[in-house]
Amino acid sequence: MQALTLLESTAFELTVQRLCHELIEDHGHLGSTALIGLQPRGVYFARRLKKELLKITGEEQITYGELDITFHRDDFRQRAVTAAPATTALNFSLDDRRVVLIDDVLFTGRSIRAGLDAMLSFGRPRSVELMVFIDRRFSRQLPIQADFVGRSVDSIDGQHVTVEWKESDGVDRVSLKQMHR
Amino acid sequence: MSDQLSTKHLLGIGELTPEDIELIFRTADGFKEVLSRPIKKVPSLRDITVANLFFENSTRTRISFELAEKRLSADIINFSSASSSTKKGETLIDTVNNILAMKVDMVVMRHPDPGAAVFLSRHVDARIINAGDGTHAHPTQALLDAYSIRERLGKVKGVKVAIVGDILHSRVALSNIQCLRKLGAEVMLCGPTTLMPRYAASLGVRISHDLDEALRWCDVANMLRIQLERQGGDGVANFPTLREYAMLFGLDRRRYDAIGKDIIIMHPGPINRGVEITSDMADSSASIILDQVENGVAVRMAVLYLLAAGLDRSVRQ
Repeated sequence: MQALTLLESTAFELTVQRLCHELIEDHGHLGSTALIGLQPRGVYFARRLKKELLKITGEEQITYGELDITFHRDDFRQRAVTAAPATTALNFSLDDRRVVLIDDVLFTGRSIRAGLDAMLSFGRPRSVELMVFIDRRFSRQLPIQADFVGRSVDSIDGQHVTVEWKESDGVDRVSLKQMHR
Repeated sequence: MSDQLSTKHLLGIGELTPEDIELIFRTADGFKEVLSRPIKKVPSLRDITVANLFFENSTRTRISFELAEKRLSADIINFSSASSSTKKGETLIDTVNNILAMKVDMVVMRHPDPGAAVFLSRHVDARIINAGDGTHAHPTQALLDAYSIRERLGKVKGVKVAIVGDILHSRVALSNIQCLRKLGAEVMLCGPTTLMPRYAASLGVRISHDLDEALRWCDVANMLRIQLERQGGDGVANFPTLREYAMLFGLDRRRYDAIGKDIIIMHPGPINRGVEITSDMADSSASIILDQVENGVAVRMAVLYLLAAGLDRSVRQ
């Protein structure tokens, strides 16, 4: 299995910074914005964004939650293993908020569909946008596109894109791996 | 850490591994969070049909299962023997096969005969969940009891649990003992000798006939219901009067205060107030009786969800 590094250290940080600025440019004041990280891997990205956004805007706090989509998946009985749930921490209503769903990799779009479904249990947002760190183009199975993209990657079946975060994996890195058939 | 149960049915605690129980608890944590949302429903079992077959009376367990199934978006068939063809002499297998012919995926069954669930699992092609079979087992009650202890104390391992009262007729006691021992808790049974089964000593538990001693020893006291409907079935009364039983084995404020420490009080319900426990103790801050009921829904959702995971959509068509 050979890994090709697509993004690391400074470039990685710059990408996070750019996405923060894009969000501020688009939303202006973040008062009605709610960031929601999708479990399990999207939350690392979301936490980093939250930290950077607080630093850049100088705000005291940003509305932030984490959402687990396990019970909303459509492949619940088709996978070899049952997914065990992670935690959902969303203690505010989404009514009339500008929600930004956050995930690390956008691939088939099915996790995002499940995320949209799960999110609706918490209220009716004014709008929902999607921010992903990596967009794997040409591999979508549902009509779902991201509004904010860190880096687009053209990959083929049998390749695997991994995003690692300093907080959980000790290093900031995006790599492309060729899986054995 | 495994993400799959090692069993196809939930017939008793005996067939679960400690890892299975941990998985059920972790999944139940997720469902507890779902139950605290404004919209308390998830679509996981959208294409699953569950039959609730209750050949014996039940309020709490039946409602709890039904609510768990509805929260998971399953389709439900309810059946209770009082209003059914079993009264006309139909056998258990016939009844169930007829229901399964209508393409039911899972069966939740309560039955007065010990072993009914095991018997059923050998003869019909559906996932079976035992919701109580006679005096034998009541696995989901044991799971929710252990889950409630874990929630309150943060762990089950090493916790001392006294199970008090009518052990002889209690499927709750038997399942609880197995579940708690698998999770590394210490268990003491306490009750009059007439309500203590002969095999009790072989279960790997302590036995006491003195409630005060048991209360001083334990961290958690599970006060079982005196099963009035099962007393004297063999023509022999197991204790002289309810009043005498309450005096010797009933938990009241005076007894509780005399222990000199805080313990947790549990009861599987329904309560005979003033017999095994007085009203003020059942409603006191030491009691987690209503937490048990609340946790019951989340634990049952976890069991249904994890067993349904093994159902293959393509095969069933």
